Amino acid sequence: MRRTILVLATSLAAAAVLIITGHAAQSTATPQQQPPAVSLTITGEPGALPRYAVPDFIALSSDAETVEAAKTIGQALWDDLNFEREFDMIPRDTYASIPAARSLASLPFDRWRELGADGLVVGTVERQGDSLRVEVRLFGVKAQQSAFGREYVAPASNSRLFAHTIADEIFQTQLALRGVARTKIAFVSDRDGERLTGTVETRTVKEIYICDYDGANQRRVTVNRSLNINPTWSPDGRSLAYTSYRRGAPDIFISMIYQGTIENPLHSKGEENFLPVWSPDGTKIAFQSNRDGNPEVYVMNRDGSGIRRLTNHPASDGTPTWSPSGTQVAFTSDRSGSPQIYVVGADGLSLRQITRESYCDRPTWSPAPYNEIAYSARTGPGFDIKVLDLATGERRQLTFGEGSNESPAYAANGRHIAFSSTRAGKRHLYTIERTGKDLRQLTKAGNNQTPDWSK
Amino acid sequence: MRSRWGLPGMVVIVAFVALTVGACHKKVPPVARPVQPPPPTTFASPTKPPAPPEPISEPVVVPPAPFAEDRVSTASLDEINKNSPLKPVFFNYDTAEISSEGQKILDGNAEVLKKNSPWIVTIEGHCDERGTAEYNLALGERRAVSARTYLVSLGILADRIRTVSYGKEFPFDPGHSEAAWGKNRRDHFVVTQK
Repeated sequence: MRRTILVLATSLAAAAVLIITGHAAQSTATPQQQPPAVSLTITGEPGALPRYAVPDFIALSSDAETVEAAKTIGQALWDDLNFEREFDMIPRDTYASIPAARSLASLPFDRWRELGADGLVVGTVERQGDSLRVEVRLFGVKAQQSAFGREYVAPASNSRLFAHTIADEIFQTQLALRGVARTKIAFVSDRDGERLTGTVETRTVKEIYICDYDGANQRRVTVNRSLNINPTWSPDGRSLAYTSYRRGAPDIFISMIYQGTIENPLHSKGEENFLPVWSPDGTKIAFQSNRDGNPEVYVMNRDGSGIRRLTNHPASDGTPTWSPSGTQVAFTSDRSGSPQIYVVGADGLSLRQITRESYCDRPTWSPAPYNEIAYSARTGPGFDIKVLDLATGERRQLTFGEGSNESPAYAANGRHIAFSSTRAGKRHLYTIERTGKDLRQLTKAGNNQTPDWSK
Repeated sequence: MRSRWGLPGMVVIVAFVALTVGACHKKVPPVARPVQPPPPTTFASPTKPPAPPEPISEPVVVPPAPFAEDRVSTASLDEINKNSPLKPVFFNYDTAEISSEGQKILDGNAEVLKKNSPWIVTIEGHCDERGTAEYNLALGERRAVSARTYLVSLGILADRIRTVSYGKEFPFDPGHSEAAWGKNRRDHFVVTQK
């Protein structure tokens, strides 16, 4: 019997070796799998980014909406392609004099070459009932060759979505970069100025809003006339978890924003549950709660089951964020005497402190390939956004004392950070490159806070 | 041969487009249908991409139905809270420690609660704007809890006192001065049941 087992084990091991060597042999014997139908990659002059031009799209239908959409798509696409700073976008007014082409078959390539364009994105827009049909081509100007071509049909109501889709596909096909033009930002705003009911003092309702990555299409998604804060996107972008005071005590709610349904997984009986954050696989939510008497970090399943306590200290522990693999959680604790950032394994083990400054909060773990944590750090009377590289321990500062800057949130590709700032008086949302360049203001109305960027 | 396949081919494409447009109306999530990229086409003879147009859609946000008011709000409670006999407790910067002055105020509040034994109160913990929005939620919570702990030590039943942290979300004074901050670092008492 023992002998049989031994033989079995030996043959299993041999089989494993065979599989491994077989695999290795295969991978050396056959060349790397080709990506499907590699098309032209547009390059710039040596050492320079490729220069792109995006003229207005050509309206093939003459109704006002189509003509307007053709303009909107061209401008939005130029903005989208400009956002990642991987293309040198030629200002659109410099080629206003180049005559609009009648069709994609009659492009004046000489003129575009004269302008110094390496890449040229052209498209047509045609009405089809309530929809628009958009055809787009990316040409390499030198080769006069198409590098990319697609057709799309979508409702005419949101023409910017064509531009965002095209931009993300160009980033993917030209640079193998995941664009964020179709991502959204959730945030909190008091812009509607509605008064909270049931209080003697005047308090303004705060609700959850969403907008496109560039600040367009700002929309309200909660309507409970209460205090709603700290929204976070589920990884699939279909749900928002947030803290709401609609029942009195702050509790975690999940809105399925495209179905109009709401879940309240914990059903607070008076304990306070705050600051939900989804695990990268969307199955769990980490949050802050005082259910055991003082603020601690917990993890639950999405439906409120399986609550597990991750921290255990008489000081305050809160504001959790997941590592991209879901194996670690960073959080804020004031156990050292001031709020600082700590990292702990998702099993509650291997605790370590990673900041030693005057006051740090709202850690936000970057997505891969970056391995860094952005946070708010006190630098004077207010806060600035800083980033800690976890591999090198190096720290960089993205804002420098203009207003108070809080609540950083990473774009899905890790290349930009959204945050709130009082630099223009009221609190507004901004985005900035992870290097600290290219600041953009997203909101204009009311006070706006705690952005979260969809995955 | 070409013309023989032309018509059925068109029918298939039209049916497919109709299906995908129909799907848009049903608000399905954005479709990322793999489409074969077109072969590199030269300027002289641009050919149509082989695949039918790619439907792109974005789901429509559906606002949830408004919740019925959960909060008890009666005129008489408003009257009590307008001229509340329960006084606020103020705090020093970034601490939830009750000062000796705060203890005197809580002693008074405890007397009021003893005289009005059916009252249930909520202690709201508030912070000034100088901390972060997130950390202030924890700080406000501890401010409310420390007042409750003190009142319980004076003999008030714990289940008569609820706590809620509002962090820095609802300042009493919207100003940005030391005077405003001092007013905003407080425990605020609200009678929620009588």
